[in-house]
Amino acid sequence: MFAPSLLTIALVSVGGAYAVISSSQTAQAADAGQVAIDEGNKLYLTGCSSCHGMQAQGSANGPTLLGVGAASVHFQVATGRMPLAAPGAQAMAKEPQYTADETAQLAAYVASLAPGPAIPTAEQLNYEDADIAQGGVLFRVNCAQCHQAAGQGGALTYGKYAPSLMKATPQELYEAMVSGPQSMPVFSNGTLPVEEKQAIIAYVSELQDAPNPGGLSLGRLGPVTEGLFLWTAVFAALIGAAVWIGIKAR
Amino acid sequence: MSEPSTIEKAGGGVATYVDQRVGSNKFLARNLGKVFPDHWSFMLGEIALYSFIVVLITGTFLTFFYKPSMIEVVYDGSYVPLKGILMSEAYASSLDISFDIRGGLLIRQMHHWAALIFIAAMAVHMFRVFFTGAFRKPREFNWLIGVVLVTLGLIAGFSGYSLPDDLLSGTGLQITRGIAQAIPVIGTWATFLLFDGQFPGSDFISRLYSVHILLVPGLILALVTVHLMLVWTQKHTQFPGPGRTNENVVGYPLMPVYMAKAGGFFFIVFGIIALIGGMVTINPIWIFGPFMPDQVSAGSQPDWYMGFLDGALRMMPNWETNLFDWWTISWNILIPAVIVPGILFTGLALYPFIEAWVTGDKKEHHLLDRPRNNPTRTGFGVMAITFYGLLWIGGGNDIIATSFDLTINSITWFLRIAIFVIPPIMFVVTRRICLGLQRRDRDKLLHGYESGRILRLPHGEFIEVHEPISIKDKAVIMSKTDITPLPAPERRDSAGVRNKRYHLQNVQHKLSGFFYAENIAKPSAAEIEAAEHHVAHEVALEAPLHAYEDADQINTFHGGVLHHPGMPQTNAEQLAERAQH
Repeated sequence: MFAPSLLTIALVSVGGAYAVISSSQTAQAADAGQVAIDEGNKLYLTGCSSCHGMQAQGSANGPTLLGVGAASVHFQVATGRMPLAAPGAQAMAKEPQYTADETAQLAAYVASLAPGPAIPTAEQLNYEDADIAQGGVLFRVNCAQCHQAAGQGGALTYGKYAPSLMKATPQELYEAMVSGPQSMPVFSNGTLPVEEKQAIIAYVSELQDAPNPGGLSLGRLGPVTEGLFLWTAVFAALIGAAVWIGIKAR
Repeated sequence: MSEPSTIEKAGGGVATYVDQRVGSNKFLARNLGKVFPDHWSFMLGEIALYSFIVVLITGTFLTFFYKPSMIEVVYDGSYVPLKGILMSEAYASSLDISFDIRGGLLIRQMHHWAALIFIAAMAVHMFRVFFTGAFRKPREFNWLIGVVLVTLGLIAGFSGYSLPDDLLSGTGLQITRGIAQAIPVIGTWATFLLFDGQFPGSDFISRLYSVHILLVPGLILALVTVHLMLVWTQKHTQFPGPGRTNENVVGYPLMPVYMAKAGGFFFIVFGIIALIGGMVTINPIWIFGPFMPDQVSAGSQPDWYMGFLDGALRMMPNWETNLFDWWTISWNILIPAVIVPGILFTGLALYPFIEAWVTGDKKEHHLLDRPRNNPTRTGFGVMAITFYGLLWIGGGNDIIATSFDLTINSITWFLRIAIFVIPPIMFVVTRRICLGLQRRDRDKLLHGYESGRILRLPHGEFIEVHEPISIKDKAVIMSKTDITPLPAPERRDSAGVRNKRYHLQNVQHKLSGFFYAENIAKPSAAEIEAAEHHVAHEVALEAPLHAYEDADQINTFHGGVLHHPGMPQTNAEQLAERAQH
């Protein structure tokens, strides 16, 4: 007789207790998220608002950050491009000005304003199973026309440039693809699915680590540095030898 | 004389055996003793010859493994980042040469480096021939052969650059296609002929292969042979010096001196090519990937010798004319890629004839000019090199922009203006420098060279001692020939007959004036004699100074001033005495 009611009480109490505990966990997580956003807001107001506006709405000196997403903020701040050292054709990568925590807080704040590409998860960045050769094809189709076939970077118009990829981390590569910084187009998951992004990241890391089977690489910049080497070092040696032989006979 | 050794006997036996069958002894006796003049700059052409031999040897190795086919295959070699990718057999076999054939990469890199050196050495050799006037009569044809050889070198190089069928080479071919298409009227049909239809088609690799390994090397070999035979029969030019005249050749015999020198130099050139082939990457085709017409890499450049064309294309404004709505003339390609190189190479080929006409000079020249003694020619040469150099900079504008934090647009605009401004400035500057050097030569001849010893005279004046220049220097300076500009033509001759060639002769006269009006005349024999007396006298006067240690009373000083012992002169006396010398 008591058994069903006892069961009911047990169920209710356990369920109720769970509800209380889990909601408090959510609340805690929400609190932590809110703290990060608040901290990010403070950092934002001191470091970014003079150009991007008090509500990230943008100004004459900087674009709006509404909808750029956490990925963009992390890319720009973690590579030192933002805050901008000086106005110019393009933001240059330099020593990052914020710690990793501060960068995350800034990203959280900007992401809280409007939805945008999120910072990639560890799973998204795992390129171990990616097809390097396929990545190479995708790299040559999508990236090489600006970043050069060996990823050494290249010039764009009016002082803008596609930077070298030789020091880019997988996370930065991924974030650049989803956020399209500076002159770079956005490669959304519709254009370039996650697996293809991973393949490209795998190929770029291959380029970063690849040895030079031919010897000295000459910067992998192609025929210009080869020609420079030829007309300086090689011809110095050849003409030196000619002069040497010419002198000996006298 | 001792008994001939076994080796000498054996050698003599072989020589006799061969001589009885081909009659070689007479030929060798006549030619082995042939004398060649000596100068390091005469070896620049040898660099070209030896690197060409290396190109032939390494190229033969490559033909064993390269497959000139555009059939699509799936790559299955040992370069992982391309495994499983569709590519032409040409590219796949080039990768195999690089990664799967023993020594393949070394030979491929040697082949490529040697080819670059071949063309560069031809250019440097040409500079020597140009600036020393070695192209003058009777060597104009050999100059022409040289110009054709350079052109063939460019074709050989470019066709080889295109064979691996990697992304970079395909990009180069795309540009070639564009250039061919820009030629008015025949452009479209010319490209169809080249590529057997639309680009890229499926034939150009096998066509380029025939051109690269058969046609062009065959022509180069034939022309090199004629080039060297002409050097042999016309004899090598020589730099001026004591005892060297237009009629003789002063130097060493072919055997043994030049055999040893040339043989040794061959191995040095071969060694340097092997060294860089093994140690310095050239054209890492595996990084560029297979050629696909829809792909292109930033920083795509041709090899150095095509850089000037690429640079001209890059700096040209985007001009186009559309005639009658159906015929487009692409000035943006036509001018930089067809007209400018056309003028450059035609000018190069015709220069010896132009100069001979302007000079009115019909004499043979076997003694080389010093560049300073023909300022206008030297100025033209420097101007052309500057022009070429600016085009070159244009070809690397993107690499320069990223390397030096410049903008590609400002580089382009700088070059668009500089290409018209800087070469003429270089012409004027070079001419002034040459004339300055001529003045110095004249000065050295008349007043001796500045020995660097400063003397203080009793009355306080400081002078620098001049000493006569060496016999060799004198012979070199005296080798200068003063060319007088052609006189203005007469409209009518003394009989009143109209001169039909007046206008042409007037052009010739004006140009001749432009070439030779400014000239620092070589001192006359009388001037030199007087000057020699003067300098000799100065030296004689100075002699007691050298005997400083031994003299017991030193009051004799140099400087054209003779002081009698114990009798210091007054200033007026000194000056009067100096004026006499």
